[in-house]
Amino acid sequence: MRWMAALSPQPEARMATRQTQLLARTLLAPSVALLFIWMIVPLALTIYFSTLHYNLLDTESGQFIGFENFTYFLTDPAFLASLRNTLVLVGSVLGLTILLGIPLALLLDQPVIGRDVVRLMVIAPFFVMPTVSALIWKNLLMHPVSGLLAWIAGLFGATPIDWFNDAPLLAIILIVAWQWLPFATLILLTALQSLDEEQKEAAEMDGARAVSTFIYITLPHLARPITVVILIETIFLLSVFAEIFVTTGGGPGLQTTNIAFLVYSQALIQFDVGSASAGGLVAVVIANIVAFFLVRIVGRNLEA
Amino acid sequence: MARAATTRHVAVSTLGAWLAGFLIFFPILWMVLASFKTELEAFAIPPSFLFFHWTTENYATVQGRSDYVHHAINSILIAGGSTLIALLIAIPAAWSMAFSPTKRTKDVLLWMLSTKMMPAVGVLVPIYLIYRDFGLLDSRTGLIFILCLGNLPIVVWMLFTYFKEIPKDILEAARMDGATISRELIYVLTPMAVPGLASTLLLNLILAWNEAFWTLNLSTLHAAPLTVFIASYSSPEGLFWAKLSAASTLAIAPILVLGWFSQRQLVRGLTFGAVK
Repeated sequence: MRWMAALSPQPEARMATRQTQLLARTLLAPSVALLFIWMIVPLALTIYFSTLHYNLLDTESGQFIGFENFTYFLTDPAFLASLRNTLVLVGSVLGLTILLGIPLALLLDQPVIGRDVVRLMVIAPFFVMPTVSALIWKNLLMHPVSGLLAWIAGLFGATPIDWFNDAPLLAIILIVAWQWLPFATLILLTALQSLDEEQKEAAEMDGARAVSTFIYITLPHLARPITVVILIETIFLLSVFAEIFVTTGGGPGLQTTNIAFLVYSQALIQFDVGSASAGGLVAVVIANIVAFFLVRIVGRNLEA
Repeated sequence: MARAATTRHVAVSTLGAWLAGFLIFFPILWMVLASFKTELEAFAIPPSFLFFHWTTENYATVQGRSDYVHHAINSILIAGGSTLIALLIAIPAAWSMAFSPTKRTKDVLLWMLSTKMMPAVGVLVPIYLIYRDFGLLDSRTGLIFILCLGNLPIVVWMLFTYFKEIPKDILEAARMDGATISRELIYVLTPMAVPGLASTLLLNLILAWNEAFWTLNLSTLHAAPLTVFIASYSSPEGLFWAKLSAASTLAIAPILVLGWFSQRQLVRGLTFGAVK
């Protein structure tokens, strides 16, 4: 229990300092080592595989082919389609969750009777596992004949949309946006509640209208949380998988294949390890670009 | 006061908020209702909202046809096991970084965080092949291991932010009062660390319970948790809407309750402290 000395900055601790540091490192070591192995070993293997002609169904495979997999993957029409789908998916979900999340957070920040219950209802979709939300939306709500949306369309005399044939990517976008709207709302609401009430009051006393209070005080205050929402959601949205896996399987054609799903299908459906590895590395590069900015923001906050 | 709420203001915002909340919650409510319908009613147009033949037979069928309990136990073991192991590994690490930080602590923390940002597909191929060669495919051990590693950065991070808030002065004060180290540990430190530990545990249980990339790719039957069990309804059993709804309700109910309790920690855990 000598390491407890590290907890108090007493003079005699100096002698124990070296021991303390050693102990601190020992305590830290398992986490660092595990994460290091978890990061380096598979990533190194992915890089290695990406330079091989390696197909699990092909006994001849295993020879070194340099960058051929990358050339193959990057010039594959499926890659461009999936890159486009990934960008559309991420962009649309970000747009929807933030554009709906801001008014929703503002609304929940008002004096609302039974606010806690409303909060619970709003946050609920976030806790639903992806396979459940996808299948419930696909069947109970978006079914072109018996889905609730089809019935509602019928009430207004409109033709029901056959979501998963006519607008499959939009259907996925709506499902994913429903899952992530609570996240955006909750974070924006937390930020709103930390906004200085006096500042808003002062602005109102000065005769500022609600609109200008919002534009000049509330919105700037939300800039940072919005950035955080964008970055964190992007990290998760880049690897949307289960929703596609259980509803469309990437189709029809390639219409709902994103990069994550393309890599999966090359690896575990076509058993093309080499090409899938190259694709995986492309996904890593894309995610790292986003991660770079997120880590900087979090790091700045750590010092404050 | 300028912002004193008028009755009208309260009425309008209450109405708006309840309406929005109801719309967002509606798919879940609709699913729960469908789980108590017969298959015919679940499929019927126009749909019946409350006045149908309430039945619980779907719940019995779900268990009978596909052994819900087996997958629920898998979910509990995998989510619980991976969370507990992650906590055991993370507590000493977070503790040492919070109480004897060095110049490199910040870099280590950010590096850990960055491992969380690596997309799973980037390592899908090697992990799959390693698991195949070591016989870990469709095993609970394999899933516990991978979910544990996947969530370790978040666990370390959350614990670190909680531990950092424990005032160091209080330890000194206890020592001045003649508390021995073991007493200090039991009576002073542990009670202060418990809330942080509990929220970390809760959030990571939720994340592990709902994880649907590794579970879908690395398990099929024996080790399959509820995420995979529900995915098996995608076709052609998806036609059985009432049963799908019953199975889904059972799969999300426990975590929904836990989630509601931990919603405040959610912001902290998932934004890595960037929003408070």
